[in-house]
Amino acid sequence: MEVSPGVSVMEAAINNAVPGIDADCGGFCSCATCHVFVNEQWLDKLPPLGPNEDAMLSLSPDRRENSRLSCQIPVVDALDGLVVTTPEFQF
Amino acid sequence: MTETTPQQSKWSMVGKDPQTIPIDQIDLSHPGIWHANEFLPFMARLREEDPVHYCAESAVGPYWSVTKYKDIMEVDTSPHIYSSEPTIGIVDTFEEFTLPAFISMDPPKHDEQRRVVQGVVAPANLKNLEGLIRSRVCEILDGLPLHEEFDWVERVSIELTTQMLATLFDFPFEDRAKLTFWSDVATAIPGGGIVATQEERWQAIQECMAYFTKLWNARVNAAPGNDLISMLAHGEATRNMPPMEYLGNVILLIVGGNDTTRNSISGGVVALNENPAEYDKLRKDRSLIPNMVSEIIRWQTPLAYMRRTAKVDTVLNGKQIKAGDKVVMWYASGNRDEEAIANANSFLIDRPNARQHLSFGFGLHRCMGNRLAEMQLRIVWEEIMKRFSFVEVVGEPERVYSSFVKGYTKLPVVLHPK
Repeated sequence: MEVSPGVSVMEAAINNAVPGIDADCGGFCSCATCHVFVNEQWLDKLPPLGPNEDAMLSLSPDRRENSRLSCQIPVVDALDGLVVTTPEFQF
Repeated sequence: MTETTPQQSKWSMVGKDPQTIPIDQIDLSHPGIWHANEFLPFMARLREEDPVHYCAESAVGPYWSVTKYKDIMEVDTSPHIYSSEPTIGIVDTFEEFTLPAFISMDPPKHDEQRRVVQGVVAPANLKNLEGLIRSRVCEILDGLPLHEEFDWVERVSIELTTQMLATLFDFPFEDRAKLTFWSDVATAIPGGGIVATQEERWQAIQECMAYFTKLWNARVNAAPGNDLISMLAHGEATRNMPPMEYLGNVILLIVGGNDTTRNSISGGVVALNENPAEYDKLRKDRSLIPNMVSEIIRWQTPLAYMRRTAKVDTVLNGKQIKAGDKVVMWYASGNRDEEAIANANSFLIDRPNARQHLSFGFGLHRCMGNRLAEMQLRIVWEEIMKRFSFVEVVGEPERVYSSFVKGYTKLPVVLHPK
C-alpha cells in the first residue's frame, strides 16, 4: 500500500478500505479498535508506547508483546515497508 | 401508577420553553423531560450557548453538564482528572446503599477487575454464542401474533435480553424474570413506578444478593466454567472480593447487559417508524444491517449520561471546574452534536462512520459488552427482516422515568408478515 506521510497507519488503513480496523473513536487512542501486531523488525523504529495507549491495550484479551494501536503510529519515511497484521477481532 | 409525576415536582422542566427559559435554570438531570420526550431542544440550546453548563440548583445538587462531543471525549479519556469514584450516577451515594463495582472505580483496581470478566464478552467467545442467540431470537419472533396489537417491549425486547443474560450467568432459566426485575430495581428512582421507597429498593437488592451468593457458592466449589459467575468466583482479582463488591459487579453486568440492549431493540423499531424512507432502504438492502445497528445505538443512546467527579481544579472549554465538582457527560447530547457528526439529528442507516458515536463511552470505561450488544441487534434485525415486511408502531411509545436509562416501557406494535 502506498501512503504519503502525514497520516497515521490507522487512517491509511481506513482511507484504503483495509478490513480488520474499526477505529471507533476516530484516532483518539480511546477505543482500542485499531489494534495491530507489528512485525518484530519494525518494533524499535516505532515511537514509544504512550501511557494511554498502554492502558487501552492492557484491557485487550488479545494483547501480545508486539501489540500497538495503529492510530498512534504515524506514517513517516523511516517506516517505509512497515508490516503489521490485525487480530481476528477488534474489541 | 407513579407517586411522583413529573408535573408535581418543582424541579421538572416539562412544559417549559427551551428557547426562552433563563439558561442558568436549564437542568437536564430531572427525569421529567426524558419521560416526556422533551429533552432534545434543551440539549441543543446548551450546545449552542453554554456547552459546559453549570446548574447551581437541582434536586441532585450543583453539577456541570458537558454537552459537546469533543468535550465529552476529553472528560471520558482523562481519568486522572475526572474520577469515576465514588459513583457514575448523578445522585450522590449514601454509604449504606452503595454497591462498589468496577464501573465506579479508577485504575488500577478498575483495570484488574475488568480484565477478569472481559473475556466472556470478547468476540472470540461471542462466536460460540451466535448460534444460541439466533435460535432464541427465532423462537421469540416465531411466537409473536400477526395482525394484532401487542407490546414489543415486553414480548421481544425484555424477553430476548433476559434470556441472553440468563445464558451469560448460567442463571436458572425458569427464574430469569428476576434478572429483569433486579435490573429495573438497580436504576429505579423510589416513587418512579418500580419501587415506592429506598427501603423497598434495598430489600429487592438484598434478595438479589442472597440469590447470587447461592450461585457463587455452587460455582466456587465446581470446576471453572465459562459463565460470568464462575469467572468471578475463580478469577484471581475477584475471588476474594467482599460480598458487596461481588453484588455490585453482578448488578453492573445485569444492568449493562439488560436495559441498554433492551432499549436499543425497541429504539430501532421507533426510529424506523419515524423515518419510513430509511425503513425502505433497509427493505431493499439488508446488508445495511450492521451499519444500521451502530446508527440505532447512536440515535437511541440507551444510557443518556455518565457522571465523573473532578479530582483537581481544571479548565474545560473555558470553564473553571473545581476539585470535587460533579461533571456529567451527556452522551445523548454529544451524539446530536452537528459539529462532530454531520446531520446528527437525522437517522440514516447508511451513515458514513456510523461507528463513531458516544453511546459506548470512550477510554478505559468504554462499554465492555459493546460487541455482544451489536451482535444481538444484528441478529434481531436479520431475523425480523426475514419474517416481517413492517413492524408497525400503532401507539405512542411510553418512556422510562429516568435521565440515565433512556428507553421505553411500552411500545404497541402490529406485525405485518412478508
